Order: sequence, then C-alpha cells, then structure tokens
Amino acid sequence: MKLFPILGGIHPEYRKELTSEKAIVALPVPKTLYLPLQQHMGAPANTTVDAGDLVKKGQLLAKAQGAISAALHAPTSGRIAAITEMTAPHPSGLPVLTIMLDSDGKDEWAEPMPAIDDPFAASPAEIKARVAEAGIVGMGGATFPSAVKLGLGGQHKLEILLLNGAECEPYLTCDDRVMREFAAQVVDGARIMAHALGAPKVIIAVEDNKPQAVDSLKAEAAKTPNVEVVGVPVQYPMGAERHLTQAVTGRETPARKLTADVGVVVHNVATARAVHQAVRLGRPLVSRVVTVSGGAVAEPKNIEVPLGTRVSELLDFCGGISKEARRIISGGPMMGQPLPSLDVAVVKGTSGILALTQGETNEHASSPCIRCGSCVTYCPCGLVPVEMASYIRNDKLDLAAKIGVQDCVSCGSCSYICPSHIPLVHYFNYAKGKIAALDRERRKNEQTKALVEAHNARLERQAQAKREAAAKAKAAKEAAEAAAAAPQANQQAQPNSAGGANA
Amino acid sequence: MLLDVGSLAVMGVTLGAVLGTAAKLLAVPVNPIEEELQNLLPGSQCGQCGFVGCAQYAAALAKGDTPITLCAPGGKATIEALAKRLGVHADADAHEEVGPRVAFINEDLCIGCLRCIGECGSDAIVGAPKQLHTVIADACHACSKCFKICPTEAIEMRPIPQTIAAWHWQKPGEHSAH
Repeated sequence: MKLFPILGGIHPEYRKELTSEKAIVALPVPKTLYLPLQQHMGAPANTTVDAGDLVKKGQLLAKAQGAISAALHAPTSGRIAAITEMTAPHPSGLPVLTIMLDSDGKDEWAEPMPAIDDPFAASPAEIKARVAEAGIVGMGGATFPSAVKLGLGGQHKLEILLLNGAECEPYLTCDDRVMREFAAQVVDGARIMAHALGAPKVIIAVEDNKPQAVDSLKAEAAKTPNVEVVGVPVQYPMGAERHLTQAVTGRETPARKLTADVGVVVHNVATARAVHQAVRLGRPLVSRVVTVSGGAVAEPKNIEVPLGTRVSELLDFCGGISKEARRIISGGPMMGQPLPSLDVAVVKGTSGILALTQGETNEHASSPCIRCGSCVTYCPCGLVPVEMASYIRNDKLDLAAKIGVQDCVSCGSCSYICPSHIPLVHYFNYAKGKIAALDRERRKNEQTKALVEAHNARLERQAQAKREAAAKAKAAKEAAEAAAAAPQANQQAQPNSAGGANA
Repeated sequence: MLLDVGSLAVMGVTLGAVLGTAAKLLAVPVNPIEEELQNLLPGSQCGQCGFVGCAQYAAALAKGDTPITLCAPGGKATIEALAKRLGVHADADAHEEVGPRVAFINEDLCIGCLRCIGECGSDAIVGAPKQLHTVIADACHACSKCFKICPTEAIEMRPIPQTIAAWHWQKPGEHSAH
C-alpha cells in the first residue's frame, strides 16, 4: 500500500523493550475501587446507586447525562462504600465526585446485556446504542465517548475506518500487546464499528516497530474481506489522528475540521476490543490494559487493570518504585500528564503509568532562544513554535491564535528538540486553555448583556404600557367628565342656544 | 504630461483640503484613553464599581477622579493593567481578590418578598409573592445587588468551584525547569 509522508516529527528513544515482551497479566481485584464520575470528555455521569447498595460486576453505577457523556459500570461485585469528592487523576488535582466500591472478593458478574449475535444484521443505531450503554470511550487517551464518534456516519460520507495501532509514544506497549494477544477481538470490533459508521473499508495502521502485532493482525484480517493491515514508518507523532490519516490516505484534514470531513474516522485498537466485548459478549467497559514502566519501576509489566484501582496499588504489583523516581506520569512521556498523587485511580483513558528517573526526564533550566529554527523544522503541524511562544510570553494571545496556536496538537516535539530547553509546548497548552477560558468569559458577558438588554426592553415596554393605560384612563376620565358636564352644559346651554337661536 | 501631472496635483490638493477641513469641523471630541481603558475592563456592565457601566467607569478613570481598584470582576489583573496604562501606583493589596461567584438563596430564610427580583438586572431570579425564590445560575453575573437588598440576609454570594473541564495550565515561568 502506498504511504504518504508526514511533516516534521521526531525519533525519540522508544524504550519499549522494557515491556514489549511482557504478556498481559490480570491484576487481582483490589479491596476498594475509586471510580470518578468524570472519566471522559463531556458532562460527568449521573449516579444511579447510593452508598450502601450491593452491586454486581458490570452493573450500571452512573448513567450518561447530556449529548456528550459516558456511562460507568462496577468493575467488580461488592458494596458502595461512599460517593464523595476525591482528587481527580488529573494534573490540576481538583476534587471530582467519586464512587468508592468495596469489593466482596467474589468478582461476580451481573446478568450481561443480551449479546448481539449478528452485529452486521443489526442497525447502526443498535450498535451505537450498545456502545453507549457499555460506557466505551476512546481508549488511546482522548476519552471521547465512542458512541458519539460512531454517529459521525450519519452526517458525513465515510470511506475508511482507520484503526490506530501506531502507539508512537515511547515506553507504552499496551496496544501492542492487545494487538498481539487479542487480534481476533480487535479485527472483529473494528468490523462492527465500520458497519455502524457505514464505512466500507477498515485499515489498521501499526508502526513498523511492532512486527509481531502486524503479523497477528494480518493473519486475522486475511479471514475477512475489506480489512487491511498496514505498517507505517516509526515517526513520532504518527499516532496523532490527523497525521495517521495523512500518512495512510494522503488526505490532509483542514484546520478546525474533523478527519470525518475527509471521509476517515480514527479509532484506537483497544476501543475496538472493548466494542467487540460489548457487542458480542454484552460486557461493559470495566477494565483496561495499562503499561507500567520506566526506569524507577522494579518489574515493568502490561496489566489488565479493573478501573478504579489506585496507582499506588498498581505500582506495588510491579514491585514498587525505587528512590530514583523523579516523575510519575499518566500516559506516555511525550504527552502524558503528571499525577497529583499516587492515590488517584486508573481511569478509562489511562494507557500507561510511568515512573521515570532523573536520567529519563528532560529537566533543564531554559536559556534564551538562539533562533536555530529546529522547532519550525520538527513541528508536525507546520506551525512556528518560536514565534507563538514569544507572543504568548508577552501576553499577546490574539496574535498567537492568529498564527495557529489552536491547531497545535501538543505533541511536544518542539520542546523535545529545543536546544535551549524552552518549555514550548507548555506555553501552547497554557495559551490554548487561556484562550478557551477567555472565550467562555466573553460568551458569558455577551449573554449577560443580552439578558440585561431584554430586561431593560421589558421594563420600557411595561412603562410604555403604563403610560398608555394612564393616558387612556385620563382620556376616559376626561370624556366621562365631559359627558357628566355636558348635560349640565346642555341644560345651561339650551336656553342660551335657544336664545341664540332666537337671536 | 504636464497637463496630467498638473490636473492630478490640483485634484490631490483640493480633495486633501476638503478632507482636512472635514476632519477638523466634524471631529467628535473623545478622549482616546477612555476607549483604551474600557478595553481593559471586563465589560460585564455589572455596576459594582458604582458607575452605570464599564464605559462610565472608564470615563471617570480617564479624568483621574476615581480609584483604580473598584472593578470586582476584573480582579488584580485588571488593576495592574489599569495602573500600567495610567502610570499610577496600584495598591492591589487593598483589593480583595474574588473569583467568579454566583448568588445563592438560602431556602430557609427566603420570605418571598420579591425585592431581589426587582433589583436583578439580568432576570436571573425567579419567584412569586410569598413563594420561594431561586437563582438561575447561568444567568447570574454576580453583581451582588440582590445580596445587598435582601431583608433577611437569605442571599449569599458563593464562589463557583473550578472544574476540570475549565482548568488550564498556568503560564510557564521565565526560567521554568520543564
């Protein structure tokens, strides 16, 4: 298959060998699970259980609310200990409403949702409903509700479902292991999703550094028509949605548009596996594969983890972390986020937990820009990081927006390559967040202004009506007075007029 | 050639003179700094500074007859921006920083007197005589007028908690290590 080049990008040390040959092992169910109600983009889920309730594994704990949201299910059987605010697995460390579930040790499944035996005979709406019911979100880390994304087929003419198995982040091997060990589930899930999307073709793209995954997927794909497996060059950020689309199809996604606008929808391989389980087995999303790695971890592993497991328990399962641990990160080292504490939970979007040593981090004091232009050469989005950063440093966010800071995918290639160690991507993350916040504020002000104007207009109308009513009443009163006065006047006037007439 | 240059020159001079005179005669006397100051203010027209709106506060600021620390929604950032533009010293410590807030009616204390509804400029409070009133949080812009008029002190101005969705990274320090 012909591939197309993508712009820029870097070749970091991948260090995937730490875990790439470690088969997925299941984590024994922890005593207590901590399930945040917000594990996805959009509105938080709405609880359907109360403290003290007994639940079975797979039972609904919280249902989706609003158009963009995802349901949450019990990862094991047990008792709801409490529903309370706890630190979110998010760099902000803000509190988030969390369901605490005490395991009863039986790990007993609830009655599963009825399996859809022939998903290809089912309507796309039925598949979509099942995916929503199972609480599936994009498991590459973006955590966008998958059912919403499967609905794109209704508004766009789609040609290709592109399954993302690039896994371009260093260290992470969870997708690699899923593709190797569950190739049949991945391919089946992908075909079901393509059916729901109305996309005639499935392409599974895997970076060339995972030959075993490519082989096992190819063996599965050979059994079905319309599924193609393609190896793509090892180049970070190949796994970014737009870049993978460009590399495989040669179609460039316009700024602020979706890949669906060029006929392609991208889903992660782990999402495909979750869809397979939801549709064929009737099982909701209650666990995920997580890579625990990094130089400070005693025994790096790939682990199937029940959602809600605390990071500290996961690290203990891997022999704990050594004293050299400098940073604990959720996700990959390029785009992952620092964790506020080790007591936060593994959520649907946690692809990896990394404990990195000093030598593995890129912590240097930044020095002035030397105008080498490396960031411009390596930016995979064709932006000019040096210029955007200097605008942002001087609080000229509007100018930074004008030259495309909102089109930055935060891949971190510029920060990685910068010889002066300027935290470029940090500037862009700040600017994107700040611009969005200012936008919200502006909308709020506009809304307030509209409300105030409507209020004033209403008062004015009321005053006007009052004036008119008063005028009317006055006129009526005058008329009545005139009418009352008229007979007298007439009586008085009659002789006069008679006289006048006489005269 | 001479004719061309001459005619164009005459046209230029005439039109220039017309425009110049018009600019002088029809000029609207606006203090340019007023507009600049207004752009620095949040523009929510809340009236918490004591002026009718942001434009009026900006006008007063331009004349220099009012303190620069009156804008509650703008916070310290606005004070600093105003101080920088006006070249005056900002005593920002005197200003108490309040984040985004929303009015909240304590149901046990509300007597349904309608006074807050009369005060509210953005129709953010609903209720009927002798019935419980409530605040539509989305429409409230935290002007505190209801808070001040409530006879039973049933209204409090509550801070709006920060959400993960609205959170963003802070600006990196000049010599940040990451």
